[in-house]
Amino acid sequence: MQFLVTHFAQAVFMLLALFCLGGAVGVVLFRQPVHAALSLLASFLGVAGLFVLAQGEFLAAVQVLVYAGGVMVLFLFVIMFVNVRTVGKEVQYLRPLVPAAVVGALLFSALALTALWALSRRPLQDPSPLAMVEGAMVGNTEAVGWVLYRDYLLPFEVVSVLLLVAMVGAIVLGRKPKEGERP
Amino acid sequence: MSELLWTYVGIPLLKILVILLALVLLAAYLSWFERKLLAYMQIRLGPNRVGPRGWLQPIADALKLFVKEDLTPGFGEKFVFLLGPVLIIVPALLVFSVIPFGPSPNLFITDVNIGVLFVLAVSSIGVYGIILGGWASNNKFSLMGGLRSAAQLISYEVPMGFSVVTVLVMAESLSLVRIVEAQREAGVWFIFPGFVAFFIYFVCGIAETNRNPFDLPEAESELVAGYHTEYSGMKFAFYFLAEYANMVVVSSMATVMFLGGWLRPFPNVAALNFLDVVPPLGWFLLKVAFFLFVYIWFRGTFPRYRFDQLMGLGWKVLLPVSLVNLLVVAYFVALPRGQV
Repeated sequence: MQFLVTHFAQAVFMLLALFCLGGAVGVVLFRQPVHAALSLLASFLGVAGLFVLAQGEFLAAVQVLVYAGGVMVLFLFVIMFVNVRTVGKEVQYLRPLVPAAVVGALLFSALALTALWALSRRPLQDPSPLAMVEGAMVGNTEAVGWVLYRDYLLPFEVVSVLLLVAMVGAIVLGRKPKEGERP
Repeated sequence: MSELLWTYVGIPLLKILVILLALVLLAAYLSWFERKLLAYMQIRLGPNRVGPRGWLQPIADALKLFVKEDLTPGFGEKFVFLLGPVLIIVPALLVFSVIPFGPSPNLFITDVNIGVLFVLAVSSIGVYGIILGGWASNNKFSLMGGLRSAAQLISYEVPMGFSVVTVLVMAESLSLVRIVEAQREAGVWFIFPGFVAFFIYFVCGIAETNRNPFDLPEAESELVAGYHTEYSGMKFAFYFLAEYANMVVVSSMATVMFLGGWLRPFPNVAALNFLDVVPPLGWFLLKVAFFLFVYIWFRGTFPRYRFDQLMGLGWKVLLPVSLVNLLVVAYFVALPRGQV
């Protein structure tokens, strides 16, 4: 019993991590696109759980609201609109597998190195920076607000402009050509 | 140790059980209330055979749904078909863990500091139940219903979010308990300064619960029964239950954010102290009941929108109005503090 109490957070972390990784693996392995999308949803929810565990409750709520509630619904929407029920039965090719494996390995090692670097910088047990502003505990929501709109205002605005550009581009590409206009 | 176990496991479990049972009963009797009210609006009698004045009708309906044959369309998507009802009922019930029914800690399960976001996030998961159920039914009408619902939810979530933000600007907190407290300190329910936000919130809430006049996902004249055409027995009952539970969620959130939650009218006017004979929980339930009545009133009154009208209303009317409203409210909140 005592063991369970002291290692509760760790046990939950393991479970959630398993959930995330299992979901991510499922996205690649399922042949039916709807199943892959559901698998990705499971992974997103697992990430939200990890945020809660790290006391980043605002991030967790936004993760669910934006990714699970918005982005994934649009994914499913598109998948169902183009009626991909037959994709699972199509022949798949193995030739691009070698370059894909090389790129995947590179990306994975970059990720692992980043994790190791982060591990050396700060003890994982201390999640307080996620809820602190100038040494005062204010909760995760305010902390995120301060970091986003004061410390990293310029990158934040740049990202906003980038998204705007992407949106305008999508509208231009998806627009029907006018009468007599070359497409 | 046993005391700890009781405080952190026993009492919360007991509260959850009570709220869950009350909610399921409420949803069942809401269906009775709806049928009766619609009947009176159309000068009929409504259900009146089972029990005195039809009081036992929901119990009879529930029993029927329990023993009804459970059919699954046979083509191999059984798991997703089963997942649909689960994904719609779980979020609908989960939301009630943060809704404060009264001031004392015994009257809500928990108060989290991201309460509003939690409610929005969890209820946004509910759309999967509809879209997946529609897809797994392998039926054109179900799929159409599911797709309509997805488009509708995404469109109306945006203006709803902005109308909620105006409340957050006024209350300066995401915690639902704190929002009610802020209305007591301000001495005024947020519906008065935030009338436009309230209107947008409630319209979007009706759209998010797929109720008339926005019930296009299950429009019976065009889509048979929409996403739940192929569902029967208890799986259908879960869709049904979730719809009514979601109505209660939207009504409760409107009560907490705009009508002062458990507060009596004009909480700071001493001359109205006699109103305290109704306990806080009573005020809360009265306000929720009022919203539920409005839901059914709308259903008895308005014809259904066409789908392009629905999208036009969401994107071209509600979204710009909610944005402008947010700017105006933020300006008037910041003005007295000299922050403008």
